[in-house]
Amino acid sequence: MTEEIIIAGFGGQGVLLMGKILAYSGMMQDMEVSWMPSYGPEMRGGTANVTVIFSTERINSPILNEFDTAIVLNQQSLDKFESLIKPGGILLYDNSGITRFPSRQDIDIYCVEASEEAARMSMAISFNMIVLGAYLKISPFVKLDNVIKGLTKSLPSRHHHTIPMNRDAIVRGMEIVKKDIK
Amino acid sequence: MAELKLMKGNEAIAEAAIRAGADGYFGYPITPQSEILEYLMVEDAFKRTGMVVLQAESEIAAINMVFGAASTGKKILTSSSSPGVSLMQEGISYIAGAEVPCLIVNVVRGGPGLGSIQPSQADYFQSVKGGGHGDYRLIVLAPASVQEMCDFVPLGFDLAFKYRIPVLMLSDGLIGQMMEKVIMFDQIPRATQFDQSWSLTGKPANRQRNTVTSLDMDPYGMENHNRNLQAKYTKIEENEVRFEAIFCDDAEFIFVAYGASARICQKSTQLARDKGLKVGLFRPITLFPFPKKELLALAGKTKAFLSVEMSAGQMIEDIQIATKGKVNVEHFGRYGGVIHSPTEVLEAMENLIKNS
Repeated sequence: MTEEIIIAGFGGQGVLLMGKILAYSGMMQDMEVSWMPSYGPEMRGGTANVTVIFSTERINSPILNEFDTAIVLNQQSLDKFESLIKPGGILLYDNSGITRFPSRQDIDIYCVEASEEAARMSMAISFNMIVLGAYLKISPFVKLDNVIKGLTKSLPSRHHHTIPMNRDAIVRGMEIVKKDIK
Repeated sequence: MAELKLMKGNEAIAEAAIRAGADGYFGYPITPQSEILEYLMVEDAFKRTGMVVLQAESEIAAINMVFGAASTGKKILTSSSSPGVSLMQEGISYIAGAEVPCLIVNVVRGGPGLGSIQPSQADYFQSVKGGGHGDYRLIVLAPASVQEMCDFVPLGFDLAFKYRIPVLMLSDGLIGQMMEKVIMFDQIPRATQFDQSWSLTGKPANRQRNTVTSLDMDPYGMENHNRNLQAKYTKIEENEVRFEAIFCDDAEFIFVAYGASARICQKSTQLARDKGLKVGLFRPITLFPFPKKELLALAGKTKAFLSVEMSAGQMIEDIQIATKGKVNVEHFGRYGGVIHSPTEVLEAMENLIKNS
């Protein structure tokens, strides 16, 4: 089993952290993992993306140009990565600010209204956890318990009090994700 | 007990340096390797083992601190990225001339000049041909995974002390920034005894004074010193070649690639094999000494080599020298900070196969 994921959005949306949590979770399940960020000026705004691979086999290239799953959080990322999803693959997007919607017929498309939900729950910083929850619902390769362990490992201890809140956000994401009807 | 961790390549180097019993690190921050210095500071290496970690005022200062500290026989390292390593070249030449062991890490980014901050492999010439002045070589190790970023730290120190030579770990922004699983070795205690035959440890009454220098005003003395250096490099070429050959036994066409490009080529090799193409991958792990004999042996039974580097073609010259015209060697690579994709590399190979 190999799952090749691209997560893309604005710098500051928590794209890299989401990838890191997934990588940790995969490691907790004895899988091979790799996490390759687009690093550099993205930290100061602009678009950021990270390639996460987990596999039961040795991972060769950490750089890919086609993906099983794309998780996209803004219009630029949707425009860039929709065409790079393998046929039969998955596209998960947050609909906030999207004006040109995905159009491919040969992939499964899911929408999560994560920005709106985060605002409604008054926890804007858990936005990425809502998206992560949506992904876990669609592709349950890693277990929620391991994700929480991954979260504990990825966050500095001064932020550990936010873990229950993040768990709620993940569960909420699982509930609200819906498949786009073509 | 060995420990399983998820780490960036840069962090793995830093943790491995502490665990290898390094006595000192001197460096100056530069993307994409700043995590090395940052990790050593955050981990408080001094508290853990007594290892000194110092941010110098520049790369030039850092390499000269390395020269001074390593002259005492201690385990010293520095790290930088391309423009910073260029600044260090004068010091590296002095260290090589004075035969002082140390470890230098270059996490390469796009060039020339300030270039870009994205991964590149365009510092190959500088690394293996002697980046500074004079007839000298470094042992050059090319890690292709986070695990090797960890393992090549103690290996680098071992080789540096075995031959009294600076060892260069030639990595790149991709291996430095990516996270993978890594099995960390156990803590090795810092040494308390130092080699009295050459190092500056304070002269006891019962031995001659040791001098660490690269200067000899007598040209015949200098020629003799150079002969000794060349003899040492020959010995290294005979004994320290390292490489990995994947699917090379029945291969008709072979990728030759190191570091990050080797990882990408591994995927391209897999894709080619899935299509029924007899493609293999040869990965030099030491770039000096270069695996010349092994490549020459493969040249006789292979139709063509494709050298894949994130540069305009540098290692290809060493492959051509090694294979003595017995096989066609072509180059493919993106550069300036652009990383070639596995399918792009596969296409280049398919074109080569078609035209062979």
